[in-house]
Amino acid sequence: MPDQALPVLDVRGLKTVFRTRGGEVHAVNDVSFHLRPGELLGVVGESGSGKSVTMMSLVRLLPSPPADIRSGEVMLQGKDILKLRDEELRDVRGARVGFVFQDPMTSLNPVFTVGDQIAEPLIRHKGMTKAQAANRAVELLELVGISDARKRLSAYPHQFSGGMRQRVMIAVALACDPEVLIADEPTTALDVTIQAQILELVKDLRQKLGMAIVWITHDLGVIAGIADRVMVMYGGQVVEQAPVKELFTNPRHPYTRALLKTIPSLTGHRDARLQVIEGQPPILTAAPTACPFRPRCKHALDRCDRENPQRRALDDRPVGHGHDVACHWTPESADV
Amino acid sequence: MFDAAPAQPLVQVRDLKMYFPIYSGVLRRKTGDVKAVDGISFDIFKGETLGLVGESGCGKSTVGRALLRLYEPTAGSVSIGGTNVLSLGDEALRKTRPQMQMVFQDPQASLNPRMPVAAIIGEPLREHTDWDGQKILARVYELMDAVGLNRKFANRYPHEFSGGQRQRIGIARALALKPKFIVCDEPIAALDVSIQAQVVNLLEDLQDEFGLTYLFISHDLSMVRHIADRVAVMYLGRIAELSPRDGLYARPLHPYAEALLSAVPEPDPALARSRQRIILKGDVPSPANPPKGCNFCTRCPKVMDICRQVKPELAEVEPGRLVACHLYSEKTAAG
Ligand SMILES: Nc1ncnc2c1ncn2[C@@H]1O[C@H](COP(=O)(O)OP(=O)(O)OP(=O)(O)O)[C@@H](O)[C@H]1O
Ligand SMILES: Nc1ncnc2c1ncn2[C@@H]1O[C@H](COP(=O)(O)OP(=O)(O)OP(=O)(O)O)[C@@H](O)[C@H]1O
Ligand SMILES: [Mg+2]
Ligand SMILES: [Mg+2]
Repeated sequence: MPDQALPVLDVRGLKTVFRTRGGEVHAVNDVSFHLRPGELLGVVGESGSGKSVTMMSLVRLLPSPPADIRSGEVMLQGKDILKLRDEELRDVRGARVGFVFQDPMTSLNPVFTVGDQIAEPLIRHKGMTKAQAANRAVELLELVGISDARKRLSAYPHQFSGGMRQRVMIAVALACDPEVLIADEPTTALDVTIQAQILELVKDLRQKLGMAIVWITHDLGVIAGIADRVMVMYGGQVVEQAPVKELFTNPRHPYTRALLKTIPSLTGHRDARLQVIEGQPPILTAAPTACPFRPRCKHALDRCDRENPQRRALDDRPVGHGHDVACHWTPESADV
Repeated sequence: MFDAAPAQPLVQVRDLKMYFPIYSGVLRRKTGDVKAVDGISFDIFKGETLGLVGESGCGKSTVGRALLRLYEPTAGSVSIGGTNVLSLGDEALRKTRPQMQMVFQDPQASLNPRMPVAAIIGEPLREHTDWDGQKILARVYELMDAVGLNRKFANRYPHEFSGGQRQRIGIARALALKPKFIVCDEPIAALDVSIQAQVVNLLEDLQDEFGLTYLFISHDLSMVRHIADRVAVMYLGRIAELSPRDGLYARPLHPYAEALLSAVPEPDPALARSRQRIILKGDVPSPANPPKGCNFCTRCPKVMDICRQVKPELAEVEPGRLVACHLYSEKTAAG
């Protein structure tokens, strides 16, 4: 474990708010996490809990207005990205932080060929010639498992299937060997065999290049297979964070526990009805003053109404390094 | 068998082909075809859920779109509820729309960015019913509740939603007219497990209540196991196996189906170590140039000589189980 190495990416106290006609949306509330070289942080959480907005805020990809990054620091190799000038930021986005977006169709440009879109960052940031970039683009497409790659360079995104577009996005993000890869639901459109191939590729890149990775997914099976640590988000906050084994064997936040119970099984008993977490997600129109999970929580205490719990360490390591949880409840306080 | 009434197929697909032309060179001459769907046949019974699974790019979305005539198929026939869908004129086709709907794989691209959510979900109701605004809004709220979207978001625009919330807008819109047949193309891929469960429960409730029929396209094999009655496994534009759910999951017959099922990631780290994975070697061939014989022969761990020569037909090899593989037709082929 590269536990001692300095983090490549260190995010502290990030807050992002949207200003809309209907008032403010507090999408990200005081999120902190870090990544060491070669490390893979899995991010899971409810739909709408702020996973994508957090990651897009890091490299200021959200249009402002309506998005407003209220506070926080995003240190990339010791330098705060949020304070960079626009042209420095372009370099960071294209070359140093690779981004795989959740929605491949809207992030690929429909009027450019797939080949041009992969070659563009190589020409711009790596100073390659057109021919060099095209060769590298073929290599990258082959790496992500697209057959007949050279012929497909001249295809447009709409001629690709959903999963192929997603793999093109991965190829674009990896083109410049970034220090940090942020992958937002990168394999939702991929079948399990190609997913397995992508996961192998990612393992390789971590070992060979020390690439640090944030992997957002709803697929807990994937998380179990590739993550070193897992961060669980709910209502714009980090509610739990732990090494991967610890999270699966000893989940502490009531949301995490409920989430782990909802996975349908491939081999076990087939339930007539799938488990859901009852209740509605929070609407985040103001900065939270109570625990956001409170209305759906089985273990809620009076205190949870008054005070939004801070993350606290559950072992002897500081918050963010070992197992931590943002919850007032403890299994021992069960019947308070 | 003494079944009371034999189930009626609602959807009948015969030898469906969908080729996309490839143009190349400066003159953009046609130089070949992408054989996205290359001769497939299946039935979906009334009230049934047919799962459709298979590798990325194997033609699943194309099948779904061709069934609803969002594409003009190259060949074959599709009948839904007795109507030959492929021969309908524009107006007749428009009239069938309320009966058949699609939840699209790419939610963002299928939602009009300039319309608030309530208008998007209510659009089919405005087009195909004579309801007044109030009645439509009431139904829109009902649908938002059903898919777990907060009513307070009714006036927001699609870009103001997260990926999973957008997917649910598409689902609510598809359900608005209570169609008889829905093609669900990766309807839950972008959702967290709890909301996946909520949507799947909803689809099942609607099926119980109104006898809906689904074609359920998904990469999530555990969810397909949950929801589908029968499952079709596609490979490179063709069906490799079509079997009842339990049989397929317990004992896949086609070598591709076997490999596919073995690759599912296991969320329990303890179990994950003990699972035997079949890792397929080699690239998926291009659908513009599929191999001769069986299209899986280049990667099949059990390949035989005949597989490189003769294309296996989909045939019933055990009661209810259709497989396109020479392993099972060997006896007949040898005579
Ligand atoms: N432009 C916007 N204006 C207003 N609210 C927004 C905007 N973009 C996102 N939101 C809200 O911010 C919250 C967080 O969204 P985000 O996309 O980060 O969720 P997510 O965790 O990535 O969810 P999913 O798993 O569904 O992708 C959501 O409640 C969403 O509705
Ligand atoms: N409009 C088009 N023009 C040319 N080729 C196309 C077009 N649409 C799809 N294809 C090709 O047809 C094949 C099948 O695509 P399809 O979208 O049906 O795959 P899929 O099984 O849905 O894959 P995924 O799981 O990745 O969504 C792919 O090789 C794709 O490149
Ligand atoms: Mg997201
Ligand atoms: Mg598809």
